[in-house]
Amino acid sequence: MNIGQNILGTNFSFDVEIRLGAGAFVCGEETALIESVEGKRGQPRLKPPYPAHRGLWEKPTLINNVETYANVTRIINNGADWYASIGTETSKGTKVFALGGNVNNVGLVEVPMGTTLREIIYDIGGGIPNGREFKAAQTGGPSGGCIPKEHLDTKIDYESLAEIGSMMGSGGLIVMDDTKCMVNIAKFYLDFTVSESCGKCTPCRIGTKRLHEMLEKICNGKGTEEDLEKLEKLALNIKNASVCGLGQSAPNPVLSTMRYFKEEYVKHITAKECEAMECKALAKIVINQEVCRGCHLCTKVCPVDAISGEPGQKHEIDQSKCIKCRSCVQKCPFRAIGAGKQA
Amino acid sequence: MINLTIDETQVEVKEGTTILEAARKAGIDIPTLCYLKEINEIGDCRMCIVEVEGRRGFATSCVQKAEEGMVVHTNTPAVLEARKTMLDLILSNHPKDCLTCIRSGNCELQALAIKLNVEHIEYEGERKKHEVDEKSPAIVRDFDKCILCRRCVGACKRMQQIGAIDCMNRGFESCVSTAEDNSLADVDCTYCGQCISACPTGALHEKDNTLEVLAKLKDPEVYTVVQTAPAVRVALGEEFGNKIGTNVKGQMVTALKRLGFDKVFDTNTGADFTIMEEATEFIQRLNGVGTLPMITSCCPAWVRFAEKNYPDQLEHLSTCKSPHQMFGAIIKSYYAKKIRIDPEKIYVVSVMPCVAKKYECTREEMEQENLRDVDAVITTRELARMIKQANIEFNDLEDSEFDHPMGDATGAAAIFGTTGGVMEAALRTAADILDKRDLEAIEYQAIRRDQGIKRAILTIGGKEIHIVIASGLKNARTIMEEIKRGKADYQFVEIMACPGGCVMGGGQPIKSAKIRNTVNVRKLRADSIYTIDEKSVIRKSHQNPILQRIYREFFKEAGSELAHEYLHTNYKKEEKYKI
Repeated sequence: MNIGQNILGTNFSFDVEIRLGAGAFVCGEETALIESVEGKRGQPRLKPPYPAHRGLWEKPTLINNVETYANVTRIINNGADWYASIGTETSKGTKVFALGGNVNNVGLVEVPMGTTLREIIYDIGGGIPNGREFKAAQTGGPSGGCIPKEHLDTKIDYESLAEIGSMMGSGGLIVMDDTKCMVNIAKFYLDFTVSESCGKCTPCRIGTKRLHEMLEKICNGKGTEEDLEKLEKLALNIKNASVCGLGQSAPNPVLSTMRYFKEEYVKHITAKECEAMECKALAKIVINQEVCRGCHLCTKVCPVDAISGEPGQKHEIDQSKCIKCRSCVQKCPFRAIGAGKQA
Repeated sequence: MINLTIDETQVEVKEGTTILEAARKAGIDIPTLCYLKEINEIGDCRMCIVEVEGRRGFATSCVQKAEEGMVVHTNTPAVLEARKTMLDLILSNHPKDCLTCIRSGNCELQALAIKLNVEHIEYEGERKKHEVDEKSPAIVRDFDKCILCRRCVGACKRMQQIGAIDCMNRGFESCVSTAEDNSLADVDCTYCGQCISACPTGALHEKDNTLEVLAKLKDPEVYTVVQTAPAVRVALGEEFGNKIGTNVKGQMVTALKRLGFDKVFDTNTGADFTIMEEATEFIQRLNGVGTLPMITSCCPAWVRFAEKNYPDQLEHLSTCKSPHQMFGAIIKSYYAKKIRIDPEKIYVVSVMPCVAKKYECTREEMEQENLRDVDAVITTRELARMIKQANIEFNDLEDSEFDHPMGDATGAAAIFGTTGGVMEAALRTAADILDKRDLEAIEYQAIRRDQGIKRAILTIGGKEIHIVIASGLKNARTIMEEIKRGKADYQFVEIMACPGGCVMGGGQPIKSAKIRNTVNVRKLRADSIYTIDEKSVIRKSHQNPILQRIYREFFKEAGSELAHEYLHTNYKKEEKYKI
């Protein structure tokens, strides 16, 4: 053991006390974590003062992620030059990503800073399963942004991620294939930040709730073009006015999807269509009669018996019965089932 | 000194000054909502955001300190848009029933909507709904109107160190509530009402008792008697646009008569009785009968605090009822006999600067022969509302005097309304009794300092006595801990629950954060009270002729058996809330 009393027979003693938090997401914010360690409600403090000047119990405090501290040991053992030789000009060393989502190999991966998304997803992750297409990668945890195909070759570091509307954040890296609706994805992440906001400052407490409500409206086919403007304006104001990193980054999923997938928002609003068929109020699932081979598999997975047609014959979905569960879409070996135009 | 530029204006301020205060010095009024100096400095509403050149994001001007060479912009298009959006969001989660709100016209949120020229609410959406908590006899919580500024939490937790309320849940579900979401009546709230004074909206207000008072005023069978506390007359005028601390006693009395009260008396007369009894009790305790130090008992929030937090120290509390309770008891006994009216027909109303008094008058021991000492308590604010509703043009009223004889009081009673006043008044009488002469030195300047805890050593009647005066429950706790641990050598202690005493009571006119942050409201009201004392012909309670007469004709002497029956009370342990 390298901690405790008289380490390695020396006079140096170093104790570590571990505190168990209650598990709030916001306690990942440094000052909220300090409050939580002090036994108070987990909510951020105003900065300045920064923890390095006045932190835990009003004392100067080093507060970092485990990953950072783990790097310190390696830097001490191998030297700063060694560490600085890895990575990009501005972001040194390596980064651990939690790779997940629609990718063949999921898990924790450690790569040098400056590795491209394509390398991580295709070389390490083994690409997208089921022969689907890559649509977006979401980095940085629930309040990161969604990065589209055109940025697959971006060399990832702190600066480049910020530039393309996302962030390193927690090191999460979620891969999404082309079956995903990006409006729905933005709503999904917002749902999380809305419930994890500590509720201290106005923009995060009420603003994220209003963003979520607007996204819900759009996903339900009730959105207007004015909502799009309001969404962006509110998202930017939340980003600028929030007290801590949670609120400042919570609008990222909205802003990044609006930046790269604006046409999906527009389709939800003007054509009342959700091509990915994830927004149930907008989805219309149809069988392409030209592709259908009458294999009958779809009728077996349909939980509500909405699909008619004898084996060998063309099949059809009764829209009044369909619950848009998409089981048939996934089951069809000929990709004959997909989004239809709204009447 | 620090030099900085705010909106192109150069300003020099002391080190440690916030950007907000520096801006005020430069004549720039940055809006605030959650900020209450030294009570709530958490920067969560985001109204006071400004841009600082060379800094990323907005700065929180209410807490961020001014720095040398700083260039601040308080009103760029970006700041203005963000600030307006913040207000929009707050308004989107707030009821729009301003017309029927108790704080309409004196609401900081309403004022901000006007200041920022809000024309419509852009981000309407779900609103949080809570049940109104009306169980306590003193305070109503209407948390639909809460904007989560947490000024009440600052008042309860930081200023008073009670912590009966705090923030619960998180995100949009956040709300200020009590332990396990109970009623204020069922947790450790003392009813000091400082949360009401801190609230910028109508989320917290006094339990309104004006309707029942109005009903009694209309009933010809009822003989209505009203009495007003010393702190009311120096604050009531503020509700009618007078300067803070203006003494409107004469107009107040006229207004009460116009409202239809059969008799308008002065609680100060009751205070003179309190002093007689309390000074007598103090001398008895000094002479070895009873526990020392003796602690004043005229503040019901303090009494409730003591009963909950120091149940094993209750023998220190003077057994004297508070002035208005004593006075109610005298009106329904001595005075009723005197004017030959069935005491059951008398309805005593107390106008108090306090919401805890509403609770006090419901305490079971506050009665005599099945008659409540006091039937209803209304606050300074409620009286102002009654006057307005009755179409009385307050500022045009002629002065009139309290009804005799129960409206004759001394300067000693007047100073009850401010911290240190009860002590000073009691010392004036105790010193005369002990010295057996009419002492001329009656102004105890040593205990008039503007501090939460004031300690002094005085010599009265040849005896050296150690005294301490605490106002604010945080300071009360400090003193009680000293006493409990046997580390105190005081003989006499005065405690008031509200910082500054009754002039700053939870029933007084509510001052906006901007006024509280920039004006010493306590001092203005207290100075007015001291002026009343100075101008009084009689400044010692025991020299009040009506008091002397009532002792002669009824109680016989201070501390007599009959006096104890009517004018004294007892205390019991109150269970603390257990989680």
